[in-house]
Amino acid sequence: MTRILGVLGLLVALYAVLLESNPAAGSLRNLIYVGNNQGRYGLVTLGAALVIIVGGIDLSIGSVVGCAAVLFGVLMKQGVHPVAAVGWVLLFGVCVGLVNGLLVTRVRLQPFLVTLCGMFVFRGAARMIGGAVDTPSVLEAHPEYAGALDALTAVLIGKNEKGVLVFPAMFALLLLAAAAVGFFLHRTAYGRYWYAIGHNELAAKYAGVNVNRQRTAVYVTCSALAALGGVLLLLNDSTISSDTAGAGLELYAILGAVLGGCSLRGGEGTAVGMVLGAMVLPVLETLVSFRGLKNDVIPAVIGLTLLLGTVTDELIRRRSRVSR
Amino acid sequence: MPTPRLAVRGARKQFPGVLALDGVSLALAAGEVLAVVGENGAGKSTLMKIVAGVYTPDAGDVELDGAPVRFATPASAIAAGVVLIHQELNLAENLTVADNLFLGRELTRGGFLRALDRRAMNARTADLLARVGLPAERALERVERLPPGEKQLVEIARALGTDVRVLIMDEPTSSLTQKETDQLYVVIDALKAAGVSVLYISHRLAEVKRVADRVVVLRDGRNAGELAKSEITHDHMVRLMVGRDLKQFYPKVKRSGTGGSAVLELRGVTFRGGPVRPVSLEVRAGEILGTAGLVGAGRTELSEAVFGVRALTGGEILINGTPARITSPADAIAAGVLLVPEDRRLHGLVLAESVGFNLALPNLDRLTSLFGVRRRAERELHATWIDRLRVKTPSAAQPVGLLSGGNQQKVVYGKWLARGPRVLILDEPTRGVDVGAKAEIYALIDELAGNGVAVWMITSDMEELLGMSDRVVVMHEGAIAGELSRAALSEEAVMRLATGGTGT
Repeated sequence: MTRILGVLGLLVALYAVLLESNPAAGSLRNLIYVGNNQGRYGLVTLGAALVIIVGGIDLSIGSVVGCAAVLFGVLMKQGVHPVAAVGWVLLFGVCVGLVNGLLVTRVRLQPFLVTLCGMFVFRGAARMIGGAVDTPSVLEAHPEYAGALDALTAVLIGKNEKGVLVFPAMFALLLLAAAAVGFFLHRTAYGRYWYAIGHNELAAKYAGVNVNRQRTAVYVTCSALAALGGVLLLLNDSTISSDTAGAGLELYAILGAVLGGCSLRGGEGTAVGMVLGAMVLPVLETLVSFRGLKNDVIPAVIGLTLLLGTVTDELIRRRSRVSR
Repeated sequence: MPTPRLAVRGARKQFPGVLALDGVSLALAAGEVLAVVGENGAGKSTLMKIVAGVYTPDAGDVELDGAPVRFATPASAIAAGVVLIHQELNLAENLTVADNLFLGRELTRGGFLRALDRRAMNARTADLLARVGLPAERALERVERLPPGEKQLVEIARALGTDVRVLIMDEPTSSLTQKETDQLYVVIDALKAAGVSVLYISHRLAEVKRVADRVVVLRDGRNAGELAKSEITHDHMVRLMVGRDLKQFYPKVKRSGTGGSAVLELRGVTFRGGPVRPVSLEVRAGEILGTAGLVGAGRTELSEAVFGVRALTGGEILINGTPARITSPADAIAAGVLLVPEDRRLHGLVLAESVGFNLALPNLDRLTSLFGVRRRAERELHATWIDRLRVKTPSAAQPVGLLSGGNQQKVVYGKWLARGPRVLILDEPTRGVDVGAKAEIYALIDELAGNGVAVWMITSDMEELLGMSDRVVVMHEGAIAGELSRAALSEEAVMRLATGGTGT
């Protein structure tokens, strides 16, 4: 609870500074823009956070996002209908998660190692299937997809047919997904199992929980969300390069999860916290640019913010432990 | 006796809830091998750890060659020449034998650079290995590649490297073959001849007879007696180890006892990581089958195999007469076989989560509807079992790790009772539980058996075993050493079987 209040306070403060810094920052257009970025980060953060709750880690998220985006574009170019292509890309995500999950649970490899390898493998795979993809060239080859692609962009991104952002659809998507994650996490037996596994895998096993199956399911969810993130990336940016698409996103996702109250030791985290945690970084990024700082400082600002948050959190935790 | 090498006088050590040592004394002469024997929990390990500086005693003195010493750490004990070799060996497996011999006190040159003086160390290594009868070429072998017996010898060699005066060996032969054990005896004889004093702890009384010059028997944290070389016999030691009054603590209603049919039956069961000797036993409806044995007899491992944690490698498990396929705890639970594990903090509870979370965890399948976990049903379950087991907790939301040991254990029972056991396996049912909660748990177990549950109780607590069991199976080194009916049940009979003696 204090964790949620903490990240909420941070968000409010960041928004306050943002709105105060520049009138343009408070424009509806900018807020929608920031909201959409939050949605995109948030979706992958949900997956990363679930994996962290069961005591794992997924470093392959960024590469899976990139690979999924390239795959999405290439499939459409090859003549797969956009809606069907979305289905295939999501299936790709499910398969990636299945492989990660099985390697972690059955072969008993360390999640860090498995997904670090995945990070390289899927980045390489993205380069192999296509250097760069863009929606204009898809439409050039298949003009008949224009309607479907516009519809997808409108529903998933919130851009009208002219490409103008009119509604934060990705943020809405995040809220929807977070509601689903929250239901599973806080209202069903599965969520209980995930917390139990994260805190004490053996006790969960001795209570009859099929630990391997639950873990695998969580990895599948995470990678499927990352694949969805890839679809969104291409729809939003219309042009992406396989070298950079989604690069580093796994770290943003992990950061969001931790800011939102997930402990890297596992067993802790809430759906609300995940959303709030994921909302911090996009605000911070806009803030940096509106303050007239160079983009180059963004990584440093992000790193310092997290460090500050972590230190504060640890100090609060220590104090509450002493007073107990 | 002249000034003893080592003297302990009136050592006392209190742990939360347990008085582990209550004024124990012993004296050890130079070049003597003194065996310390006693049942599980008699205080042997605590005494050794006090001597070796792992624990500091609450009261009492330790003297070395007549001078009082008080070791704050194992390092200071080692510096004074008192070395403890743990049951689980403390070698760095990934390093070579030579590296291990000098770990933490490497011979170095070059002042603060601490450059390793390989030549000096190699020379010394060869000497130390020779003294324990190991060939010099072992020096560069990585420890993980050595058989258990040689690892034990490396430990001894390391102790010799510190100019040891008192060597304490805790169950040194538990993982050794007969041949390796014989080699160990040779080394011990050589140590004696060199004037090293040895404190030797073992469960294996035959071994004690072979190796000890004198025996000190502990019981319930006190000296129970002492035997000179000529007096050391198996029966004599057992008689001193046991022999105390049973407290009138146990409910013991008049159950028909062995009337029911077999609910759980093991036929020639062998399992992964276990001994190859197959185990057969049965637990009947409405009885409490006690299972005794010394630490390491394989009782916990057997229960884990039945609960689906360890894979079977042979034999079969029958539930109500039909073969059951149990490959995971989930399978066991589905078959109505529930386990209260030995280590509740590791296997029994999610300590960081609440009392309610833990009570509900294995029962969520019964509390779930299409809309998730039914809140009201769950609250009812919490209230029912907190109330029926009288768990002392401010609320169901209290983290279970903050409760006392007894109340934690009640939560473990609660989560299984809420499910309704057919077979209830209890591994050390009251370990770390205070006396009041103990009596409540005993009444509960008795009531369960009275209601037809097949209870299989594994315990190292002799009073508990004698007080609660309708029938007892004794294990020794992974096999069933014998069965005792209620009428034949006595502490002496159990200990005789548990220490590898023959039955009645």
